[in-house]
Amino acid sequence: MSVTARQADQPGSASAAAMPQPAARIAIRNLDFFYGSNQALKHITLDLPERQVTGMIGPSGCGKSTLLRVLNRMYDLYPGQRAAGEVLMDGENILDADVDINRLRSRIGMVFQKPTPFPMSVYDNIAFGVKLHERLSKSDMDERVEWSLARAALWGEVKDRLSGPAMGLSGGQQQRLCIARTIAVRPEVILLDEPTSALDPISTLKVEELIDELKRDFTIAVVTHNMQQAARCADRVAFFYLGEMVEVGDAVQMFTAPKQRRTQEYITGRFG
Amino acid sequence: MSDMPMATAGTPRPAHDRDANVAVRLGRRRRRIDRVLAGFCWLAMLIALAALASILVTLVWNGLGGMRLSVLTEVTKPPGSHGGLLNAIVGSLMQSAIGTLIGTPIGLLVGTYLSEYAAGSALGNAVRFVSDVLLSAPSILIGLFIYVLVVEPSGGFSGIAGCLALAVLVIPIVVRTTEDMLRLIPTSLREAAMALGAPKWKTIVFVCYRAARDGIVTGILLAIARVAGETAPLLFTSLGNLNWSLDLTKPMSSLPVTIYQYAGSAFEDWVQLAWVGALLITAGVLALNILARSALRRRT
Amino acid sequence: MSQAVITPAIAPAPSRPRPGTSRLGDRVFAGMAGGAGIFVLVLLGAIIVMLFIGGLPAFRAFGPGFLVSTDWDPVRQVFGAAVPIYGTVVTSLLALILAVPLAFGIAYTLTELAPMWLRRPVGTAVELLAAIPSIIYGMWGFFVIVPIMSQHLQPAVIDTFDGIPVLQDLFAGPPFGTGLLTAALILAVMVIPFIAATMRDVFLTVPAVYKESAYGVGCTTWEVMRSIVLPYTRTSVVGGVMLGLGRALGETMAVTFVIGNSDRIATSLFGPGNTISSLVALEFPESPAGSLKLASLLALGFILFVIAFIVLAISRLLLRPRLHA
Repeated sequence: MSVTARQADQPGSASAAAMPQPAARIAIRNLDFFYGSNQALKHITLDLPERQVTGMIGPSGCGKSTLLRVLNRMYDLYPGQRAAGEVLMDGENILDADVDINRLRSRIGMVFQKPTPFPMSVYDNIAFGVKLHERLSKSDMDERVEWSLARAALWGEVKDRLSGPAMGLSGGQQQRLCIARTIAVRPEVILLDEPTSALDPISTLKVEELIDELKRDFTIAVVTHNMQQAARCADRVAFFYLGEMVEVGDAVQMFTAPKQRRTQEYITGRFG
Repeated sequence: MSDMPMATAGTPRPAHDRDANVAVRLGRRRRRIDRVLAGFCWLAMLIALAALASILVTLVWNGLGGMRLSVLTEVTKPPGSHGGLLNAIVGSLMQSAIGTLIGTPIGLLVGTYLSEYAAGSALGNAVRFVSDVLLSAPSILIGLFIYVLVVEPSGGFSGIAGCLALAVLVIPIVVRTTEDMLRLIPTSLREAAMALGAPKWKTIVFVCYRAARDGIVTGILLAIARVAGETAPLLFTSLGNLNWSLDLTKPMSSLPVTIYQYAGSAFEDWVQLAWVGALLITAGVLALNILARSALRRRT
Repeated sequence: MSQAVITPAIAPAPSRPRPGTSRLGDRVFAGMAGGAGIFVLVLLGAIIVMLFIGGLPAFRAFGPGFLVSTDWDPVRQVFGAAVPIYGTVVTSLLALILAVPLAFGIAYTLTELAPMWLRRPVGTAVELLAAIPSIIYGMWGFFVIVPIMSQHLQPAVIDTFDGIPVLQDLFAGPPFGTGLLTAALILAVMVIPFIAATMRDVFLTVPAVYKESAYGVGCTTWEVMRSIVLPYTRTSVVGGVMLGLGRALGETMAVTFVIGNSDRIATSLFGPGNTISSLVALEFPESPAGSLKLASLLALGFILFVIAFIVLAISRLLLRPRLHA
């Protein structure tokens, strides 16, 4: 996979990274975002390094979920929402009007807060996304379904009930099904919007292990309310506050020696 | 309305005792009003249930006696010659089915438009308003409309005109339930499909319709139940036909119109057949309604 | 995670994505949906225009006088709309007077009084009342209610009010059983489920905290209904009543069976009459295409549509904020 995104080290930007970075898979430059006249994101500049997990933390309403929804143009569904600035992927600004949004979303997958199984069988849930972008023979499709379910650590649990309704799975299984459905399309980037906030602790652990395992192949961004989760999963962490990105850095450094006072106050639980 | 005094600091005690007596008397009066009105309301409910029971008993009482196999095997015949209702039943089935087949896709699309495309738009509000008005508009006028639009220009009454009149009645029913059911689907499900790269129309057709399926089917069943019993719009369109005919370009028999003609006749066996037909159609319509409601309940 | 480890890291070589037909698909589907929406508007417009065009010869022949003329004489070819309009209005309003208290009682019972286990089956039964075809109401009215009216109710009422000014005229005989009041009675039973169901639905929209705070200061169930629920839902309740009125105005088959079919204005509520829809249903078979009589029937249809449209439009406007928010 050729990386043509421009290198990100702009002097003076909040993201001036201390350690050597892998190439940025997605480079966000000066991104502003508006809900109507209300500015939700202000001048965000951030890299999502290739095959790393970038954690996004911050109090409710700080813009972290909004940022995720910009990255795969989910905001396009709603009139009155508008983004300005650049989000570069392979040198192309994905905010451009002429970008094929459906193809973009096949390259940048998204998993939501609550599990969203479609009202169809487990198999069809996976196949639905794949069929949107590829024509596969029955045996290739079977292979793809098995592959993605296995990658989502779900194959063993559902291989005997592939034709059963996806709604019949437990909450944690449903969420892993949604992850499997997303990776079945073989995106390059996976966006996870508080993927475990609706799950019990054991399911949460499974999803976290899964995130760790998936970063071998995918570039991942995860929004979380849970600081421990960010510490466990993320390689790099970005802290957002009131629509601005306060600080970004190596996860260990962020949680042990944050540079900004607001970051420190947040991670030590003084607000949020 | 407790008689217990409320211990308010600073209230002189004697005055307080007087108030308590007043409260007790007032309380009795208020409870009496409450009970009288509750009694009236229970009575109102019993009256409605009695009306339903009376209708059903009358139908069974008068209809069951004439229920013979020949009703289902013979066509309508002149009085005194032991006819049946076969042509009327088949005609009703055909017209209701075709009417539903024509009206449902249109209603489905309109409901989809209102739920998925027209959020807050003036056109959407206008369409919803007009559809709601059509939902309760007098069905006899739909019959007159199709008469002027189709029957007169085509030179005669026809089964297809009846189908069209029923289709017009089907549309607003399907619109209402389709929109309501699609609105119940969480946004997150739509977003999840879009996030996979599904275009909007595929999201609607393959995810939303599937999620709303039971509700939409309920709407269609209710629409069938409604049009299957309609008489007035058919009087001016398919007219009725005492002979066996499956030709949609010719006048066509239907159960409600046949019941109307027979019930008002002076011949005892025709009136008897009208009761049988009335029993059949009511049983069918109520069964469809109950089926539709249980389909919806399974979902919610 | 053991399952994940044994699988290949990346799926077999990607086949190329399908070209973007999605935009075309979206455009076609959106066009179909929007087109269907516009079709509904056109449909309503077409109904109005067609009925008006059909009735135009009558409007031309009789002018505005058509509305107030009580003539209906096929021999002289003179037609007027006053008698059926009068019958329609009288039967519908009478039906409402009878139906509204009963429907309110049902809604009150179903939302406040009846035990939980009873609410669903009784609610369903009332809704089934709405599902019974109108022709069945006609037969029930003709064969069950009319005999009761003529043999018991009407003679008793006529005797009771005999000699009392106004009332003796309002309830004058002969006791045929059919007539305006009987039609109104059947109509009342038919619209009760619509009004009751709407009232029940709007009563249920009252937030529980309002009711609880009223119970908290010691209100009885009825006082909560009168002081909290009814004021809170007033416009929607009126909307539900208007919906019932809209239904009653256009009801055809049931009325046709029991109204007695007379083309004169009856001063007695026991007297026979006509409504627009019953007259159209009864006279249509004897109205050849192209005749002035048929045009008059279509003109009546147009008038009925205008009345019903206004009533239903008001009903929708009153109900909208509560039920389709």
